[in-house]
Amino acid sequence: MKHVLKILTLLVAISAFWIGLLETSLIPRSNAWLLPIYFVVSLGCYGLLMVGIGLTRFPTCPHEALLLQQDIVEAKDFLMQKGVDVAST
Amino acid sequence: MEQEKSEEKIKYSIIVPTYNERLNIALLVYLIFKHLREVDFEVIVVDDGSPDGTQEVVKQLQQVYGEDHILLRPRPRKLGLGTAYIHGLKHVSGNFIVIMDADLSHHPKYLPNFIKKQLETDADIVTGTRYVKGGGVHGWNLMRKLTSRGANVLAHTLLWPGVSDLTGSFRLYRKSVLEDVISSCVSKGYVFQMEMIVRASRKGYHIEEVPITFVDRVFGTSKLGGSEIVEYLKGLLYLLVTT
Repeated sequence: MKHVLKILTLLVAISAFWIGLLETSLIPRSNAWLLPIYFVVSLGCYGLLMVGIGLTRFPTCPHEALLLQQDIVEAKDFLMQKGVDVAST
Repeated sequence: MEQEKSEEKIKYSIIVPTYNERLNIALLVYLIFKHLREVDFEVIVVDDGSPDGTQEVVKQLQQVYGEDHILLRPRPRKLGLGTAYIHGLKHVSGNFIVIMDADLSHHPKYLPNFIKKQLETDADIVTGTRYVKGGGVHGWNLMRKLTSRGANVLAHTLLWPGVSDLTGSFRLYRKSVLEDVISSCVSKGYVFQMEMIVRASRKGYHIEEVPITFVDRVFGTSKLGGSEIVEYLKGLLYLLVTT
């Protein structure tokens, strides 16, 4: 099944549940009308929260940059001895 | 085929597309040979007609490391990343393919981890991920990190790919799997890497991850402008309706 269909199915299921709530009046109608707005807002909050968490925990590796510089020096020495043209341009 | 596989000798073919990487390709090849011992492998350089003499350097490297270990398979001009892999694939003699960037943002010291992971799990694809413990990125400013996180959250919310790093391009593929997946991919740039892994995941291939670090030595954010973001969103939408 195409992925977009899965998402649409999920949305339809949620809508059906919502309409059910509206029809059966389990909760006050005025509250039920607001549920889709809550849904969209919470989805947005979830997105922002995930981006925020991702940013604060963004894994960095400054040490790796130093190691790479060492590797580059080592590689240049070796290659120069072997006659490979590694002069910086 | 299954029986043959276990008896077949394992060989890794590392495809490296280049464009104006004369220094980096030499450094990369040195580091590959330093870190890949005790396995049979070849490096296939697909050069898109670099004017800086990348191909001459590769020929010098062939003198040092042998023409059976370093293959130069150039193309006349810049023809794009996706087709570079297809071009390289035509010339491989290994049964596993590694694709990596030539600019040293992918360090060959992780190659043994990819191989080990594949052997342990018999995975079809092992993909390098920057976003787990042991992985990481260096050289990105806040804006670049923000775009990357935003793109990732959006992609995960919409596509549920089951892989933590969608746009990374340091990966090991079983040859038949790469051939199968690449033939159905049409995207370019960042989206190409995402399309490859999403399609592979949808086809039910066994995907494993290993942590890698990514050192961006090309400072600045020139690579990620507004048009790239639009391309990315179009790519997401395309994957949403076609996979």
